[in-house]
Amino acid sequence: MSAQIERFEYDNKIVKQFAYATAFWGLVGMAAGLLAALQLVWPGLNFDLPQTSFGRVRPIHTNAVIFAFVGNGIFMGAYYALQRLCKARMWSDMLSKIHFWGWQLIIVAAAITLALGMTTGKEYAELEWPIDIAITLVWVVFGINMFGTIIKRRERHLYVAIWFFIATWVTVAMLHIVNSFEYPVSFFKSYSWYAGVQDALVQWWYGHNAVAFFLTTPYLGLMYYFIPKAANRPVYSYRLSIIHFWALIFLYIWAGPHHLLYTALPDWAQSLGTVFSVMLIAPSWGGMINGLLTLRGAWDKVREDVVLKFLVVAVTAYGMATFEGPMLSLKNVNAIGHYTDWIVAHVHVGALGWNGFLTFGVLYWLIPRMWRTELYSKKWANWHFWIGTLGILLYVIPMYWAGFRHYEMMSEFTPEGPLRYAFVDMLDGMKNFYMLRSLGGALYLIGAVLMVVNLVKTIKKGNFQANEPAEATALAKVEAAHGKEHWHRWIEKRPVQMLIFSLVAVAIGGIMEMVPTFLVKENIPTIPSVKPYTALELQGRDIYIREGCYTCHSQMIRPFRSEVYRYGEYSKAGEFIYDRPFQWGSKRTGPDLARIGGKYNNSWHFNHMAEPSETEIKSIMPSYKWLLTTPVDTSLMASKILAMKAMGVPYPQGYELEAVADMRKQAQTIYDDLKVLDDEGKLYRGDNGESLLNRDTEIIALIAYLQRIGTDIKVKEPEITQAK
Amino acid sequence: MKFINYLESITGIGIYPLCALIIFFTVFIMAAFMVTRTDKKTIEEQKNIPFD
Repeated sequence: MSAQIERFEYDNKIVKQFAYATAFWGLVGMAAGLLAALQLVWPGLNFDLPQTSFGRVRPIHTNAVIFAFVGNGIFMGAYYALQRLCKARMWSDMLSKIHFWGWQLIIVAAAITLALGMTTGKEYAELEWPIDIAITLVWVVFGINMFGTIIKRRERHLYVAIWFFIATWVTVAMLHIVNSFEYPVSFFKSYSWYAGVQDALVQWWYGHNAVAFFLTTPYLGLMYYFIPKAANRPVYSYRLSIIHFWALIFLYIWAGPHHLLYTALPDWAQSLGTVFSVMLIAPSWGGMINGLLTLRGAWDKVREDVVLKFLVVAVTAYGMATFEGPMLSLKNVNAIGHYTDWIVAHVHVGALGWNGFLTFGVLYWLIPRMWRTELYSKKWANWHFWIGTLGILLYVIPMYWAGFRHYEMMSEFTPEGPLRYAFVDMLDGMKNFYMLRSLGGALYLIGAVLMVVNLVKTIKKGNFQANEPAEATALAKVEAAHGKEHWHRWIEKRPVQMLIFSLVAVAIGGIMEMVPTFLVKENIPTIPSVKPYTALELQGRDIYIREGCYTCHSQMIRPFRSEVYRYGEYSKAGEFIYDRPFQWGSKRTGPDLARIGGKYNNSWHFNHMAEPSETEIKSIMPSYKWLLTTPVDTSLMASKILAMKAMGVPYPQGYELEAVADMRKQAQTIYDDLKVLDDEGKLYRGDNGESLLNRDTEIIALIAYLQRIGTDIKVKEPEITQAK
Repeated sequence: MKFINYLESITGIGIYPLCALIIFFTVFIMAAFMVTRTDKKTIEEQKNIPFD
């Protein structure tokens, strides 16, 4: 019986839509990043507005670049490659459409809510619960469409790129659902289901694996499809790609705790993270080598083909970032890099080099093909390549330098005993690095604009083929009489098995790390003196989260002599049991705040928030003037207390009913304290000299929270012995 | 200070990397075994899927 040839059409329209979205959101995300970078040089660019202050712009930048630019890039590449690799049109045009518009809607909702300060305060998972649910639904739509296509495929074998797409889908689903457990208080306010150390572990298990399974595995899938296509030769070693796949997805999931070295996370979990991170270099480099060796004997093409240029630099950047990752997981190296701009450099090698350049390469390859024409200007594309490369270098080199300088200045003691530098001295030294970094970012953005112009001109001269005709032999049915029936059947079921195996591989690591942290009591020792936040402090904490203070300030003092000397007693796991979400932070553009309580008086905080340069001339912190005039929203007070109680916070019975009164009472004491100074004219005043002091404003709540942080356990002043 | 000093100071550290290594190498060796067992023709076929 001869096999029947079937005719069908590939859906290029959906690929086109995702390509447009990739380019558009790429520019938006990069522009937001550039603004954030410039704000660190010229604080005036925060424009004294809540929506444009750094603490809100930074999450907009990270979310836009990760989920909008790279997210749409994944879907663009996957929808193109999957159809060809399965020799089938996408399972449902309607689901493709729902996926596309649903994802764009989520991005718009994310941009608006983040600008308005609606955030969960967990890095890279800032979106509030209704958006989290929307993401889950759209992700399921993508999954159904992808598996539908795989099941009705006309190619018996699943190419390795599809394995990476399957692992991406299942792992992102798991990470997103587990990390997003939160207790809703209102439509746009929720508290994390987890607290303190546990929240930190879940968050970085998520955060690290978002890098792994959103920024890496789907792009490896694209690498395994588009590099062979662009070079017109098959991948160097298919066997290596199989080992690459299983080793990578298995190892990655364990590595999350390397984001929490020297923190209050139990030591065994930290060590586990380190060990797996170090092992990760093997599969990562296996994949990189496989990608680069695909070009063996074709390096002459790289000289001429701009697509290959972008792809080669992307894979090289992947190799650099995945070498650096394991190195940064070693505790002694991490001690230097953590909280500094080294980490910013590290992630941008990945984001600008690996994700950015791979996306550009794929766009330059796809658009002319789908529009059946040549690229409008190869010269411009080459310019883009060189401007982009220069941009990356100008970005990362100053940031590496800044990272080391940050560490050295922060840990240097004078021979007499005290620390040599104040925090602002270090910050002052960063200015030139930040300027160079902005220049690098600007160049990278200019390159991307040039690409968009080039692609638009290509599109204008081309002729788009929305439905690309194709033909393939139908996949033969398994015949009962066939001797290898079992083997064939196994192959038929393979996508589902692949899904299950992938889930098992990624679940093991997560379970091994999290179960002991949640169940073993010794892992989170409680401290009797640590009490829940008062109503006013809780309100203040919500303001702290809303304004994104965690984007610049950590709340985690590591057990180093320099940190204990500078900030106070190192942080203990038991101090954070009421912190939902945890606010340990990941970068110190400003000083650590874990022991800020009681360090300064109330008026210092009042003036500092109104005009940071009044209390510290070299400060680059934006002004938070609006806190002085915005009244505290008490409408959710009772719901907030009830939510906390539901999650086990031991507030006294009926406290939700007294919360507002209690809040006013505590606010009154802070107000009274400030009033004396206000009367003496020592408090920040309005433009016309009018007093801005008001008991019921947000500044009072924030001061209450700041004065509480780290005061539950007695701080022992370090003995200062001056050698005379 | 060498990295080993940090590892040695952690109680019961030995068991965790050991478990991790055993699990990983079991999976790794299984994958490697499967890969080497796959015949060349299948590998060639799969390798060329993007070009069919």
